[in-house]
Amino acid sequence: MSEARPARPGLYYPKLPATWWLRRPGYVRFMLREVTCVFVAIFLVELLVIVYKIGQGPQVYADMVAKLQSPGWIVFHVVALAFALYHTITWFQATGVIQVVRVGDRQVPPPLVVAGNYVAWVVVSLFILYWLLVRS
Amino acid sequence: MSPGKTIEPLWWSLFSVGGVVAAFLVPVHIFLHGLALPLGWVNVSHARMLALVSHPLVKVYLFVLIALPLYHWAHRFRFILEDLGLHGFRAPIAVLCYGSAIVGTVATLWVLIRI
Repeated sequence: MSEARPARPGLYYPKLPATWWLRRPGYVRFMLREVTCVFVAIFLVELLVIVYKIGQGPQVYADMVAKLQSPGWIVFHVVALAFALYHTITWFQATGVIQVVRVGDRQVPPPLVVAGNYVAWVVVSLFILYWLLVRS
Repeated sequence: MSPGKTIEPLWWSLFSVGGVVAAFLVPVHIFLHGLALPLGWVNVSHARMLALVSHPLVKVYLFVLIALPLYHWAHRFRFILEDLGLHGFRAPIAVLCYGSAIVGTVATLWVLIRI
């Protein structure tokens, strides 16, 4: 257990400028996909703050919602929503390739797996809206 | 740990679980909390919000929604930084990214338990 791990073989890194991903549209799309995680994370921290403020009472929560009405926050949320949707689209696309679904001996065609994900996503999203806005 | 074994697979699985959660749940919540509620398209009273977030099952839901995608972020952000050329700082970058996700998890638990 305690013997030293062998040193990692030297990893080779091609020398690239930090802007290598601007060279081709495909690289840009790759970087945009990776960056979606930043918007998701910022929003989730914000959501945690919202939940915290709900616990602090009606006035604190109302102040928070009022703050989110500012143009800056609205623009941020429009952009964040676009990135979040880009994550959803690219994630489902990848799922179709990675996740092999079999029925009996047959593999379900990847486009059908992707379509199934979209259907599930729409159902889940509508259910959350229904739960929050309509129920009780 | 035997030679060559790492906890890398753990981060990878948290990355994909968090990615699934983010793909399915985050857009509707950005729409709701970021646009629909502040812009007054819909209205949910504070009392209803408080009743919701106080419910144990909703707390579990919020924990899954907030904490798991933080690991998704940590994993991707780590590789963004490496892809931008910060190879010399692999270890500190990893510690900082996964560490932030762990701090976020603890903060999420703290907020949810206290409500």
